[in-house]
Amino acid sequence: MIMPLIKGLQITISHMFKKPVTLQYPTERPDVKPGFRGLHTLNVSHDKAKCVACYLCPTVCPAKCITVEAGEDQNHDKYAAKYEIDMLRCIFCGYCVEACPVDAIRMTEQFELANYSRADFTYTKERLLEKK
Amino acid sequence: MDTLILGLPVAYYIAMVAKVLVAFVFVLLTVAYATYAERKIIGHMQVRLGPMRTGWHGLLQPIADGVKLFFKEEIVPSQASKFAFLVAPLVALIPAFISFAVIPFGDNITIGGYTVPLQIAAYYDQAGKQVFDVNVGVLYILAMASLGVYGIVLAGWASNSKYSLLGGLRSAAQMISYELAAGLAIISVFMLSESLSLHKIVADQAGGAWYAFKQPLAFVIFFICSLAEINRTPFDLPEAETELVSGFCTEYSSMKYAMFFMAEYANMITVCAVTTTLFLGGWHGPAFLPGWFWFIAKVYFLIFLCMWIRATYPRYRYDQLMRLGWKVFLPLTLVNVMATGFWVMFISK
Repeated sequence: MIMPLIKGLQITISHMFKKPVTLQYPTERPDVKPGFRGLHTLNVSHDKAKCVACYLCPTVCPAKCITVEAGEDQNHDKYAAKYEIDMLRCIFCGYCVEACPVDAIRMTEQFELANYSRADFTYTKERLLEKK
Repeated sequence: MDTLILGLPVAYYIAMVAKVLVAFVFVLLTVAYATYAERKIIGHMQVRLGPMRTGWHGLLQPIADGVKLFFKEEIVPSQASKFAFLVAPLVALIPAFISFAVIPFGDNITIGGYTVPLQIAAYYDQAGKQVFDVNVGVLYILAMASLGVYGIVLAGWASNSKYSLLGGLRSAAQMISYELAAGLAIISVFMLSESLSLHKIVADQAGGAWYAFKQPLAFVIFFICSLAEINRTPFDLPEAETELVSGFCTEYSSMKYAMFFMAEYANMITVCAVTTTLFLGGWHGPAFLPGWFWFIAKVYFLIFLCMWIRATYPRYRYDQLMRLGWKVFLPLTLVNVMATGFWVMFISK
């Protein structure tokens, strides 16, 4: 009866000298691993979004958070006139990235998505465009 | 210097007030920083950091907590018994502090030719070169320790809440069960010391002849029973969060809650000081450092032990607690008292 009690005490005291796993978050930054599914970004090619408004991403989206409206540009090419993601509904599953046939949407390592109002969580095309 | 007030020199009164102030402030500071130490130690034992933000490594955390509790809203439940509800925290807090009156925390010190014993309720006869202290010191400590439970029971009853009442009742039952075993464990100590004066008990343990070595069983049982008496893990049933919300202090807020909190930690310090005095040689230690240093070091070690135990063991179930108290500790201490009596009567003489 006594030995298990002493063993328990040994375990706790040995843990006291281990390096704590705590991350002092705002000052220490987490090491975000590749493949992390954070905020979406729309890829750019030849100064415009790659997206061809094929509707595969809103179709596959399980949370139904993507709104796409197609438009026609000067070259009579189909493009996304409106591309919005509602971040309050998004579950960050990454199916949109998998579904995209033209590599137009990707996910970044950005995970700090707090905002002050509900409207701010609707990410429009301008906000999603890859910053270069 | 030679003026006498009630037959005692003025220096006696000055020394008394100084001792009370120093001891009280020291205990209060230790209470404040025991909360910090507990959070830090348990944090590191759980591979966490504990408080880090308020001050360097969170050193100002107890002050921040105190200020926060001070400015919180006082809530008195509408159906509570008001007077008892207000008085209960004081009843819990005061006995926790006044036990320190009889604990010797150092050797005699001489200031300007006047010798002062480092024990609050003590008097040094300058002519006879002898210390007089409360000759029933141990009894006084036992009495104060059992007074503390009144605060908890009163709080539980006055809150008019089922959880509080259950917490208070548990505390009372636990106190009665463990007080007996703790008392019997102490009996075997003063069967050897042949005195209830704490000064004499400490003096007997000079030169490393600690009662912890002579009475190892009594030492272990007394320490465990003390943990149960002050409601610390693994015996913190009166405030078992999982089933009783917060036990007797469920309905308390603001400074009244802080008083219970302080009482809990002050009790822990008192119990550690009593254990040090009775079993670990009090302030005696290697002579290169003063006596009060050894006293504080031993008390702090025992406080660390309490926290270490808290970080290790889960809480006892209520029936297990009662069984341990009545069926294990009580018979063991009785046997210990018998064996000690036999030894004192027939072998040592």
